[in-house]
Amino acid sequence: MTDPSPQPTAQFSFAVRSARRPTLYVLAERSLTALIYACGISAIFFVVGIFLFVFKEAAPVLFSDRFSLSQFLFSEQWYPTSELNKRYGVLAMTAGTFSVTALAMMIAVPFGLGAAIFISEFCGPRLRETLKITIELLAAIPSVVWGFIGLTVMSKLIVQLTGAPVGVNILNGGIILALMSVPIIVSIGEDALKAVPDSFREAGLALGATRWQLVWRVLLPAAKNGLLAAVLLGVGRAVGETMAVLMATGHAVQIPHGILDSVRTLTANIAAELGEAPAGSDHYRVLFLIGILLFTITFVVNLAADMAVRGIRKK
Amino acid sequence: MFAETPFVRSKRRSEAFAKWLFFAMSAAMVLPLLLIVGYLFVKAAPSLNINFLLDVPRRGMTQGGIWPAFVGTVYLVFISLAISAPVGILAAVYLNEYARDNWLNRMINLAVINLAGVPSIVHALFGLGAFVYAARLGYSILSASLTLAIMTLPVIIASTREALASVPMSFREACWNVGATRWQTIRAVVLPNSISGILTGVILQVSRAAGETAPIMFTGAVFFKAVQKGEVFAYHLNEQCMALSMHLYTISTQVPGVKESIPFATAVVLLASVLLVNAAAITLRALMRSRKKW
Amino acid sequence: MNQLAARGIRFAVTAIWGGAAATCLLLSGCGGGGTDEADTVCIQNKGSDTMVNVAQAWAEEYRAVAPEVDVEISGGGSGVGIAALIKGAIDIANASRNMKPEEIEQAKRNTGKEPREFIVGHDALAIYVHRDNPLNEISIDQLADIFGEGGKTTKWSELGVSIPGGQDEIVRVSRQSSSGTYEFFREHVLNKEDFKLGSRDMNGSKEVVELVAGTPGAIGYSGMGYNVPGKVKMLKVATRKGEPAVEPSVASALDKRYPVARSLLLYTLGEPSGETKAYIDWILSDAGQKVVEESGYVPLPADMRHK
Repeated sequence: MTDPSPQPTAQFSFAVRSARRPTLYVLAERSLTALIYACGISAIFFVVGIFLFVFKEAAPVLFSDRFSLSQFLFSEQWYPTSELNKRYGVLAMTAGTFSVTALAMMIAVPFGLGAAIFISEFCGPRLRETLKITIELLAAIPSVVWGFIGLTVMSKLIVQLTGAPVGVNILNGGIILALMSVPIIVSIGEDALKAVPDSFREAGLALGATRWQLVWRVLLPAAKNGLLAAVLLGVGRAVGETMAVLMATGHAVQIPHGILDSVRTLTANIAAELGEAPAGSDHYRVLFLIGILLFTITFVVNLAADMAVRGIRKK
Repeated sequence: MFAETPFVRSKRRSEAFAKWLFFAMSAAMVLPLLLIVGYLFVKAAPSLNINFLLDVPRRGMTQGGIWPAFVGTVYLVFISLAISAPVGILAAVYLNEYARDNWLNRMINLAVINLAGVPSIVHALFGLGAFVYAARLGYSILSASLTLAIMTLPVIIASTREALASVPMSFREACWNVGATRWQTIRAVVLPNSISGILTGVILQVSRAAGETAPIMFTGAVFFKAVQKGEVFAYHLNEQCMALSMHLYTISTQVPGVKESIPFATAVVLLASVLLVNAAAITLRALMRSRKKW
Repeated sequence: MNQLAARGIRFAVTAIWGGAAATCLLLSGCGGGGTDEADTVCIQNKGSDTMVNVAQAWAEEYRAVAPEVDVEISGGGSGVGIAALIKGAIDIANASRNMKPEEIEQAKRNTGKEPREFIVGHDALAIYVHRDNPLNEISIDQLADIFGEGGKTTKWSELGVSIPGGQDEIVRVSRQSSSGTYEFFREHVLNKEDFKLGSRDMNGSKEVVELVAGTPGAIGYSGMGYNVPGKVKMLKVATRKGEPAVEPSVASALDKRYPVARSLLLYTLGEPSGETKAYIDWILSDAGQKVVEESGYVPLPADMRHK
């Protein structure tokens, strides 16, 4: 290593000067860099902006004495436009959201993880590519198309097969949501399994484990954080889904007693009533408050997923 | 010579069982796609022809085609793309090329993840509160496109970032060593080598934006707007427009007496456009992988 | 190859800047107000889901009368349309219920103009059941007992009928609360009391009829324009039990013998002028009223039409 700052000769300093970039160019690059920084930070700006804006619209009712938070959370009485006694309780819709999401996860988690295991452990490269592309296409189907399928195809099937009085219910919404959240579970789950070092597999096989044992005893424990993240992201997707559940769950405000009952979810409720509520009315603000509730749920779920993923990265 | 012992046989069986079980689970994911697409096509067949695409809805939307909705979707998608592509690509450039590993950038990462996870209906609330009312853009194509743009931003950021990260560090170092600035390096080396990955992200954004309903329902999509058959410049930015996804929703829930095949055909057109766009992205990505020189 | 890509990038960068600049321009341009278009006029029309099909049919037909006029139709419910009118965001609100006094008050305060009401047709709010349901008539009290909060009727056997297929539970099909149909039903059938929770609240009149058509134990309400003969049955309705029940029809809706008949209304802010006036005049003319009839509603009698 030579001395980094030798005495510059006259010739050398001349060379440096001539290589200096034009002022205009430097300014342009600086402004471009500033723009890039601004765009980078924009994501934070948008997330915080969304929260603040939605909260700002909801705040006046949240802090007014006409409204009680405990009634909002724990009452099932949803009468936003009543002429006699307006009541804003979202318990029935929270129950709706959770029942549909739970059913969807009961279907999607085993199938999604099973497919992830098959893709990463059991199949050849060509089949793997085909399956991954198919699952990607499955993820691309718009939610309104899923809702349409639920409304026209699934509801008739459900009435025929189960004898339920109405085909738009938790079962319908749960199956649709399962199909919608499977792709994300498969792709994140597969990433998690791929992240398990091959030496784990080799050690297992060398001990004479079957691949079933390998999956059950080695891969699942080793990849459990990533798989948890996959499931959580699936939950986030299911909780936030709007159009499909709006069309497929039957839209009835009630605490469900079985999977053939119709329910209304938080998202569907906003979608159905937002257009109606005059801007600035209590009803309008309560819908924004439901938005805050949804935002909080998905934020927590996504944060947990992110922490789970970070867990594997650290290892 | 090497006869199977019962132990080996049971081992082999359990292997085969595991394989078939997981295969069945994967097949259970693939089959619905095929069945659904097949069923929709069969039901839609009576209405599927070029005239259905080019014609306007007629006789109280019970007959005719979907042209105004199709054009409206194209408008929404491209305007939202014009907004989200520059911001998203530059944000990815920032995250991959400029950001150091500090708390600010962890926050940005978290924000991107959460932006992707915010329910579409919350985006709709934001769009209504921020663009329609606060920014006084009113119910318009512009409000709807802005809402869509913010919603689809994470798609572009994520795949651009992945593309940028796949450019080897040595390429950048070589460029810096000949005296290029950071931006010159990005422009001359990083972006050209990741252009197909970036395009993939852009295409995926298009597919996502085309299918969304909830964010545009309250910000700029209308039930009906009279448009000439085959008219391309049908809308102004400050007007509302029809959109395919919204049109599918309304004709399947609100309009009486629609010919049965029309909602199915609308669903097929929407589905086919989205899947074709996705197929383009997948092909591009495969092409990029096979062309990779490093 | 690499040079080509570099050129591509330069182009893309230019395009990005151009796009950003264009976006800024558009944003500022629209903020300035986009009223400088002389060639087309846009009438914004929003509101009742009941009327959305007839409103759409008007807009479609009117295109042939005045090609330079664009009519934008949004649904969402009468409440949506009226709320937008109060804000001055639209030109015409469609409503299947009357504006409430406080809404009129609000509109006056907000815009300084008095809402003007136009009756453009009539409708009977039909009670739909499945085609196999043996029930033929129902009274308002019975309906209130089925749909209203605190109402006790939950089984078809309590109404003295049994549904083929053995379903006894009454599946209540209602509308989302923004709909004028919902409010009209609440006011005239439930006597302003609230609905019983747990009904399937559909987002469109068509969805109500389709659900009823596919569900033997269902009962629902919607405009008679949504009837699908052969798939659902419209019940005759009596004001009180024991009184003669009246079938929903053009005649019974017009002379209000049918107990839940209503008017289809348009509201404007102040006396309409220009293209909006021409449009409403056309709606009230024979040509516009023919559309009302074709959409399944009851047109105005000849002496109340325009010209």
